[in-house]
Amino acid sequence: MLAFIIRRLVQSVVVMLVVSLIAFVMFRFIGDPVDQMVGLETTVQERELLRQQLGLNDALPLQFWHFVSKAAQGDLGISYQFKRPVADLIGSRLPATLELSFVSALFALLMGIPMGVYTALNRESVLSKLFLTISLIGISLPTFLIGILLIFVFSVYLQWLPSFGRGKVVDLGWWSTGFLTVSGLKALILPSITLGLFQMTLIMRLVRSEMMEVLRTDFIKFARARGLTNRAINFGHALKNTMIPVITITGLQMGAIIAFAIITETVFQWPGMGLLFLQAVQNVDIPIMAAYLLLIALLFVIINLIVDLLYVMVDPRIRIEGAEA
Amino acid sequence: MSDALLSVRDLVVEFPTRKGILTAVDRVSFDIARGEVLGVVGESGAGKSMTGSAIIGLIEPPGHIAGGTISIAGQRIDNLPYEAMRRVRGKRIGMVFQDPLTSLNPIYTIAEQLIETIRTHMDLNERQARDRAIGLLDQVGIPAASRRIDDYPHQFSGGMRQRVVIALALCVEPELIIADEPTTALDVSVQSQIIDVLKRMCADHGTAIMLITHDMGVIAEAADRVVVMYAGRVAEIGAVRDVIKDAKHPYTKGLMGSIPTLMQDSDRLTQIPGTMPRLTDIPPGCAFSKRCPEAFDRCFVEQPDCRPYQGRDVACLLYDEGKPQ
Amino acid sequence: MTMDSERLKPPGLWARVFDSDIWYSFTRSKVIMAAAIVTFLIFLGALFAPLIAPHDPFDMASLYLMDSLTPPMWEAGGNPVYPLGTDDQGRDILSAILYGSRISLAVGFASVAFAAILGISLGLLAGYMGGRVDSIIMRIADVQLTFPSILIALLIDGSVRSVFGGIDREQSAFYVLVFSIGLSFWVQYARTVRSSTLVEKDKEYVQAARLIGLHPLRIMASHVLPNVMGPVLVIATINLALAIITEATLSFLGVGIPSTQPSLGTLIRIGNDFLFSGEWWIAAFPGAALAILVLAVNLLGDWLRDALNPRLR
Repeated sequence: MLAFIIRRLVQSVVVMLVVSLIAFVMFRFIGDPVDQMVGLETTVQERELLRQQLGLNDALPLQFWHFVSKAAQGDLGISYQFKRPVADLIGSRLPATLELSFVSALFALLMGIPMGVYTALNRESVLSKLFLTISLIGISLPTFLIGILLIFVFSVYLQWLPSFGRGKVVDLGWWSTGFLTVSGLKALILPSITLGLFQMTLIMRLVRSEMMEVLRTDFIKFARARGLTNRAINFGHALKNTMIPVITITGLQMGAIIAFAIITETVFQWPGMGLLFLQAVQNVDIPIMAAYLLLIALLFVIINLIVDLLYVMVDPRIRIEGAEA
Repeated sequence: MSDALLSVRDLVVEFPTRKGILTAVDRVSFDIARGEVLGVVGESGAGKSMTGSAIIGLIEPPGHIAGGTISIAGQRIDNLPYEAMRRVRGKRIGMVFQDPLTSLNPIYTIAEQLIETIRTHMDLNERQARDRAIGLLDQVGIPAASRRIDDYPHQFSGGMRQRVVIALALCVEPELIIADEPTTALDVSVQSQIIDVLKRMCADHGTAIMLITHDMGVIAEAADRVVVMYAGRVAEIGAVRDVIKDAKHPYTKGLMGSIPTLMQDSDRLTQIPGTMPRLTDIPPGCAFSKRCPEAFDRCFVEQPDCRPYQGRDVACLLYDEGKPQ
Repeated sequence: MTMDSERLKPPGLWARVFDSDIWYSFTRSKVIMAAAIVTFLIFLGALFAPLIAPHDPFDMASLYLMDSLTPPMWEAGGNPVYPLGTDDQGRDILSAILYGSRISLAVGFASVAFAAILGISLGLLAGYMGGRVDSIIMRIADVQLTFPSILIALLIDGSVRSVFGGIDREQSAFYVLVFSIGLSFWVQYARTVRSSTLVEKDKEYVQAARLIGLHPLRIMASHVLPNVMGPVLVIATINLALAIITEATLSFLGVGIPSTQPSLGTLIRIGNDFLFSGEWWIAAFPGAALAILVLAVNLLGDWLRDALNPRLR
């Protein structure tokens, strides 16, 4: 088990290094860092000097090393657009994205799992067919379309909920939260439904198909043959077995939520990292793009690690050595 | 006859398919006396497992019992509502499946699965149920039962797992155990051990066994009487010794001839030419008519009923009054 | 016992198709048939857009700016010449939807084809060569799999545009999109094909082929590919819907198809700005068209997956 953890840690480090390499390549070779930073009047000598100062003439492996060590300390360069440290920019926008992602994930899980279980157990009921139709719509409508639709209905037409921004936020040290104000909470509703709907349908379909698979297994048949109650079979046995693969895949989806936030933030003008990244892509602001990539990779790697650990804890076949058959 | 524990009369199991209705079990009748071991033998697809599933009420839809009756100690069970049948399962009729690996839920310990079953049918507390479970594991021959009861299924070898399965099936003292190919998935060296365990446990608890298998050798070793099935119908029923020494139905004769014995003095094992017809392609009249060396004109037209003959029950027109000689 | 030679002859191809379980489940479900018809209609519409569209929305010369922001014809101020209204540039929405669907479908199919070819090739290669090549390809696949496709598509799009800064955005947008979307999807194909290849690699006919001098890879491909077509097809249909959505999303975000020859996503982006000022039709109709298209593709994909799944039969 310890060997497993160590192996996963090593894997994570490797992934981070690979991603850093890609980020570094982007940073260094896409566009010219010096040209991006200076005006048209700067002379060739001044540019050369800048090159030297930035270490752009050093050996490549050395540059990579500088890049990685600076990144590890939180220095992610200067934004081409805003002329401010990237770390500051990202830091100021991180809370917005994380809060949005968290609420969306919660929504997706709390709605998706019960719906999935219900449709697996009651395959013919009207409610199941309704849920499945909703799921089909959830998977078919692109996130931005859902957002626009929600805005149109709830903001423009009914005027119940705001259509942009975070509402009033409260600063807790470095973090700014929208959880503590009514306007903040109201502002969270439409974006998190938008962001979470796709994930919710994925989770629901996953739980449904996994559970239907499990209900076909021999040990469920044997449980029935032993006269166990439906409740014991469906929830004690079937559901618990379903949860194991569901945990893995759901965990990975959580990472996707953070990435898909880009779209939602655009539709709702939510001041998060995603919007920042998009502007960076549009304006070819490489430092922000590279930094965003690194941060996302880090978040994903951490999430994957947690999911793997959870998996090991939950499935005894991995935790404990088996006997020779 | 009236003392019989289990009484199956004219059982019919049908499957609607888009090509028409498939009859998997066609008017099968037999009895099982208390404490007796009845073997049910036949090729794959002959309907033996389906009969077993019908008795315990676990036929997968769209298959269903379309006719006949099943009674245990005089009480009909084929038409019980779900909850009533659930109480019969485990408590009065138990079932053991072929593959011990997939019969046990991998994420629960043996203790949890045993205790759950015991407490579903018996009014015992956790401690009492656990003691009973340990006692059962001892009886089936699991060494160090009080320690190993807290292990997970994958920590047991194949033979040990099947012993656990037998313990689970017998833990609340059913009157009948249906064993569906209980040794097929096991190593040859382990097979006779398991048969011994099964026989011993049932003799000790007074439980009857319906031993379903395609392996005539197992029947010869373990059963008192045998039902020979072919294409969903009964061919012959009789005491095992009698049937082996002096089979009446031509199919049974072929079957007995195909068992290698030390006594036999021939170069080749008898082979019955052709194969058992698929259930969609059963010929009119006797199902065996096309392969039968002794078939005559009536055999291709009339379906023989299973009738008593010299202490046996045979479904063959050869033993019908009025056959041409 | 006589040999019934007539009965033993294998049925012809058409008999097999119409007798198959797939056709049966297809005709059983009205919803699926409806979805197939809708998809087919949209497909036809997109294909023959130049012939059936009342206007050519891409021809700048034919646009009357004065006709811009006309509402749909059943509303006050509407004009039957523009059945679904016009946008801010005077483009007929109906025609724009037809042409836009064309682009959306084209990007969708092209990127799925690209992903499939790339994935299948890499999968075959990885499975056959094993060792270092296999490890490298699979590591890359693993790393890429942790990122959602939209992110990858965005990054590639941004990088490509930065590297080839000078290129005419309008011409290259299509290819850049197909490339970046396709590149984000190859992994699933590669994995499936790789595992099939690994199974085949150890079989004896591969050794035999080597002895004869035929290249084992070609022989393996001819054995692996038919086996793998089923799952590949399933993956492809799922990917098609996702590809269409991804293209629409990228266009909506402003990094996809530009507005001179808009796809459905671009149209929605344009229309989004007019939602609050009351010209809802610019976003609504392309949005509905997109939703219907993806819904239909998803339904077909679902049905195909169930039909091809041997365990559910």
